[in-house]
Amino acid sequence: MPNLKTAVPYRGTPEQEARLREVIAAHKGQPGATMPVLQAAQEIFGYLPEEVQIMIAEGLDIPLSEVYGVVSFYAQFALNPKGTYQISVCLGTACYVKGAGDILQAVEKKLGITSGGITPDGKFSLDACRCIGACGLAPVMMINDDVYGRLTPDQVAGILDSYQ
Amino acid sequence: MSVIRSHIMVCCGTGCTSSESPKIAAAFEEQLAAAGLSEEIKLVRTGCFGLCAAGPIVMVFPDGTCYSRVTPADVTDIVQEHLIKGRVVERLLHMEGDGGDTVTSLSETQFYKHQTRIALRNCGVIDPESIDEYIGSDGYMALGNILENKVDPQEVIDAIKNSGLRGRGGAGFSTGLKWQFTRDAVSPDGIKYVACNADEGDPGAFMDRSVLEGDPFSVLEAMTIAAYAVGGTQGYIYVRAEYPIAINRLEIAIKQAREYGLLGKNILGTDFSFDIELRLGAGAFVCGEETALMTSIEGHRGEPRPRPPFPASKGLWQRPTLLNNVETYANITWILNNGWEKFAAIGTEKSKGTKVFALGGKITNTGLVEIPMGTTLRTVVEDIGGGVPGGKKFKAAQTGGPSGGCIPAELIDTPIDYESLTAIGSMMGSGGLIVMDEDNCMVDIAKFFLEFCVDESCGKCAPCRIGTKRLYDLLCKITDGNGTLEDIDTIEELCYHLKESALCALGQSAPNPVLSTLKYFRDEYIAHVVDKRCPAGVCKNLVSFHIDPDKCKGCTLCAKNCPANAITGAIRAPHTIDTSKCIKCGVCMSNCHFDAISKG
Repeated sequence: MPNLKTAVPYRGTPEQEARLREVIAAHKGQPGATMPVLQAAQEIFGYLPEEVQIMIAEGLDIPLSEVYGVVSFYAQFALNPKGTYQISVCLGTACYVKGAGDILQAVEKKLGITSGGITPDGKFSLDACRCIGACGLAPVMMINDDVYGRLTPDQVAGILDSYQ
Repeated sequence: MSVIRSHIMVCCGTGCTSSESPKIAAAFEEQLAAAGLSEEIKLVRTGCFGLCAAGPIVMVFPDGTCYSRVTPADVTDIVQEHLIKGRVVERLLHMEGDGGDTVTSLSETQFYKHQTRIALRNCGVIDPESIDEYIGSDGYMALGNILENKVDPQEVIDAIKNSGLRGRGGAGFSTGLKWQFTRDAVSPDGIKYVACNADEGDPGAFMDRSVLEGDPFSVLEAMTIAAYAVGGTQGYIYVRAEYPIAINRLEIAIKQAREYGLLGKNILGTDFSFDIELRLGAGAFVCGEETALMTSIEGHRGEPRPRPPFPASKGLWQRPTLLNNVETYANITWILNNGWEKFAAIGTEKSKGTKVFALGGKITNTGLVEIPMGTTLRTVVEDIGGGVPGGKKFKAAQTGGPSGGCIPAELIDTPIDYESLTAIGSMMGSGGLIVMDEDNCMVDIAKFFLEFCVDESCGKCAPCRIGTKRLYDLLCKITDGNGTLEDIDTIEELCYHLKESALCALGQSAPNPVLSTLKYFRDEYIAHVVDKRCPAGVCKNLVSFHIDPDKCKGCTLCAKNCPANAITGAIRAPHTIDTSKCIKCGVCMSNCHFDAISKG
């Protein structure tokens, strides 16, 4: 179950909030408005933080618990933003025996977040993934579309610094 | 008025779009303009032709020349040679199979010869973003006829009933009866809904997507006719958010239909009013189940509700609701325009008409096919599909996705219709047809589908939430090499409990892939449990790799690539694998130039 709270402070702009209010006004009173409004809100903010869910619940005059229930049910809705740089550390078998667990730990230590999380500045998000099909290069980490192979834990800090 | 002397059809379905067909279409437009031919040659961006394996596909009419695997760079040749000089570009002609004969037109191919296109009649033929082209190919003739002649709604329903059309979403309930029930149901305030299920969640199936991308108006027209017949006032199409092209074309189609007075208030100047709204899914497989879909349209978590009451009496917002699948709707206007007798003449005694299948897996011609009911699986796999590639042996076909079952090689002559497939423990399903060869482990396939159901179970009822997880755990135990014969018995028992007690079709049908593989491939389960061996060499814990010392040249390539440093040996001397270190990733085997490494 994804967490309602995220480490990233809410930083919605007044323009974004105004756009959301327009969407809510356009749908208010229509039967089944929750999903279309949530889909529009995710388009505006990129994800659905608690603050946005509260605005929707109050705007549509439905309980927050119902909004959160819908958000957490569907895979498409995100409670946490993704970082500018999305890191995936492969935890497939080949990578795992070559120390991918140590690589993951090194990333977690460097960024101060755990798998599934995001740094407070919104720059890096971290996920553990299954095999990315580069077993010959194990252990492997991907940052957006760049693949880093044959990693050792002491290389991690340098690679992450190059994205600062 | 200028006369169009030639049409170029470029497939802009999802498959061809991901291999650059929009660039091809743009290149044609640019080069036709440069050659001053824009007035006499028309470019049409069509929906799917079906032969996705050979995409992107470009067809040139009136001659019907079919070019396959076209790249944007090939456009110059087609324009300069074919369109200006009238010489067919031989090197781009579609080839049958690998290195087979070239064919000039698509209808000559084995792939098309055995097909009958009703639901897909307009896919690849018209521009799906132009209502005029749809009208030009008999579109809105059925609706116009009904409204102009004030045909009795009951007459429309009788025609659908008599045609023998059954739900194409997989369950196969009589469409005409469903319409009748919705018409007969009483709504407290006169409101009735007509909905379309376009939440195609079966992994590996894309029939509905192709209909929506290639012929969206046929669905809109059929829904409007359905609304007229059952007394519907508002329509909804619930479509997956993962289908951006289909959504875009539906939006365009709805807008154009409204502009032409074919949707909205007073359709064609009569007092009949009906409008359609799109609702997007948000990534939940269970929402393809009819009650869950309606809960989702109402704006809630997509959890199913118990039936009865059925949607026909109490559906969306407790009002009578007609819910049909995309492909079912795609048949409606054809039946009304051509007469139900003609439709009923196709197919078998109880399964009429045609069925669209998405062919995938270990088969040469992956793509979309539409066959008359009763066609054998052999015709689909060997003739239309071009057989299993790489000289491998056909092992089984899987229909119905996570809810369906496997058809083993010995039953390849089974006719494809609702009853025959159910009788052998599979199901028609929505139309995914995945071919498997000798390299596929059937226990692993069952596990794959079950893992999917575990992920997608909504959690409302305990049998599905807990039962699918326990089944999955037991299958993992077997593929890990820790299974016992008692586990197989427990699995079977659990399957039957789950079938009987789950709330909705997702849970009730989740055991099907397990039960059908147990029925036809029990020996593979026993090999995993008793011999601790995976006959197909898929389950890693039960596989070991060996180097044949006679074939090994000692090139050291395997040792260099081994991620676990499990391979040792001197240069130009046979190498060996330390099985205690080996992680069974298979890198050595795929890199060996001398075929010296085997698994088993």
